[in-house]
Amino acid sequence: MDQNKPPAVELVRLAKRFEGSEAVREVSLSIAQGEFFSLLGPSGCGKTTTLRMIAGFEVPTSGEVRLLGQDVLHVPPNRRNINIVFQNYALFPHLSVFDNVAFSLQVKRVPAQEIRRRVAEALSMVRLPGTERRKPGQLSGGQQQRVALARALINRPAVLLLDEPLGALDQKLRKEMQLELKSLQREVGITFIYVTHDQEEALTMSDRIAVMNQGQALQVDDPRSIYDRPATRFVADFIGTTNFLSGRLRSREGSLATVEVEGVGDVLAPLPTELSPGRTLTLAIRPERMHLGRVSGDGPTNRVRGTVAEIIFIGDDTQYFVRLANGERVMVREQNDAPPAEGSRIQVGQSLTVEWAPASTTILLD
Amino acid sequence: MLSLRRPGLLGLYYLVLLVLLYVPIGVLLLFSVNDATVFGFPLHGLTGHWYKDMLGNAELLESLRSSALVAVGSSLTATALGTLAAIALLRFKFGGKPGFLAVALMPLLVPFLILGVALLILFAALDVSRSLWTVAAAHTVVSMPYTLLIVMARLVGFDTHLEEAAQDLGASYFYTLRRVVLPLIAPAMLAAWLVAFTVSFDEFVLASFLIGRSPTLPVFLFGQLRFANRFPQVLALAMVVMLVSLSLVVLAERLQRLGTGASLGPPEPAAETGS
Repeated sequence: MDQNKPPAVELVRLAKRFEGSEAVREVSLSIAQGEFFSLLGPSGCGKTTTLRMIAGFEVPTSGEVRLLGQDVLHVPPNRRNINIVFQNYALFPHLSVFDNVAFSLQVKRVPAQEIRRRVAEALSMVRLPGTERRKPGQLSGGQQQRVALARALINRPAVLLLDEPLGALDQKLRKEMQLELKSLQREVGITFIYVTHDQEEALTMSDRIAVMNQGQALQVDDPRSIYDRPATRFVADFIGTTNFLSGRLRSREGSLATVEVEGVGDVLAPLPTELSPGRTLTLAIRPERMHLGRVSGDGPTNRVRGTVAEIIFIGDDTQYFVRLANGERVMVREQNDAPPAEGSRIQVGQSLTVEWAPASTTILLD
Repeated sequence: MLSLRRPGLLGLYYLVLLVLLYVPIGVLLLFSVNDATVFGFPLHGLTGHWYKDMLGNAELLESLRSSALVAVGSSLTATALGTLAAIALLRFKFGGKPGFLAVALMPLLVPFLILGVALLILFAALDVSRSLWTVAAAHTVVSMPYTLLIVMARLVGFDTHLEEAAQDLGASYFYTLRRVVLPLIAPAMLAAWLVAFTVSFDEFVLASFLIGRSPTLPVFLFGQLRFANRFPQVLALAMVVMLVSLSLVVLAERLQRLGTGASLGPPEPAAETGS
């Protein structure tokens, strides 16, 4: 990140209230130039409203939107150097692919020859050369998606906004387009702000993610940090799968805390901030970081006893649901990296130890 | 035909409907080619001279021309006004929208008789002499609710993201209107224009109140009822008018399909052509 360049988009305590309901509550974000940034959250969390305020289609109730350091609050959408790819693509059905892609150049009265050259360029960039004369209705969903991208990128905007652009595509095509979008973004170097409710999509493509819920940005971080160190219970739950154990802080030794989980025992976890003993908190542990009855690495290890309640074989891995002594169930995901030795298969009802490293435990305060 | 092979209550209903709708028209056709001025059976010989006489009747042709003028003028005005009002109602924010809509649709509810008297008094008070202009003005008023409703129906089903996309790509509002909105609602505007044309073309009550020296077709036809010997000509004209309006409707339908055949949006509801 170049420190001298102003951020592509900066939101300062941005808020939007619709009659009676607060869609966005004081969101502050700084998105660097060239970044692939995702707004991730469940439907109704305010991510699309935030996007529409950046584009200029909604007027904020309070707060500021800055584009390349300039306050654009009073700049109408057609004068903002931002383009958007709509969820349903919003291609003009009566215009050919050529006229759709050329639209913004025609508005600016760019010479016809240059328009032709740039449209051809844009279409080959999205791997759709030669489709100029077709109508959007004659294209498949994936192709329409690419036309929408070409149309939005042809003007080389400072920022490209994408509102759940892959929502209408089938699973396989989505995966392909995710990788394609990512490489396209790297190629053109334009800042992408991507709205999605699909955590996997956000993790796959983004440089950074803002996880939103109820109009607030709960955590802004790179995908790995969000996954490994979720800031709140909502984030931990929304991104991937997480086991939660509630406990009470008993003592600390250096940066390691000892947390007492009632009926289960003591669990070691890295302490994020200063906390006084006796405080109740939640422990979050990812299923793939837990193991069944085998020590993982050296150093201190968390060990709790439990009974296997259910086994779900998925193929590349197996999910074991283990009931702990306090009655709570945790999910342990083991990779099927070798065929199981005969006779050592884990059975339902078997009593065993669940183990994980203290570093894989996250302390949540809410 | 399915309903005729398996006669049920629905089949019978359908049959009654067909008879009521088409037998009178069939009778009209029959007498327009019957070689007699008396309407009754038995029929006399087949003839085409009523059609020939019609083409030679200057008064009749003049009234046809007046009706066409009034219908074209009032339907174009009503379509333009209706479209503008529909866009204003559905795309702009302003106070008093329900009131505006109620006032705009009022002519649908006011009996033509009352509207005719009211306009007559108004024009007299304003010292405007009666002519085709006053008839056209009245027809614009009564056909605008139709055009407004038809264009509104299209705009409601119109993806507003398209307008946002155009703005996002740098287009001003008028550019968006010209290149995106108007082309996409054109089929509905055509349908609206056709309905307005039909409303005006066969309107009798308002025309008879507001007409000047040259009558419109319905007013002229009504006057001709007094002369039995000219009546078959009137029938011949009715047949020609019906044929023309029928082919207009079919044409409009074709045009609509052409316009939306390759579109992303939902297919144009055919019901929009009916009044």
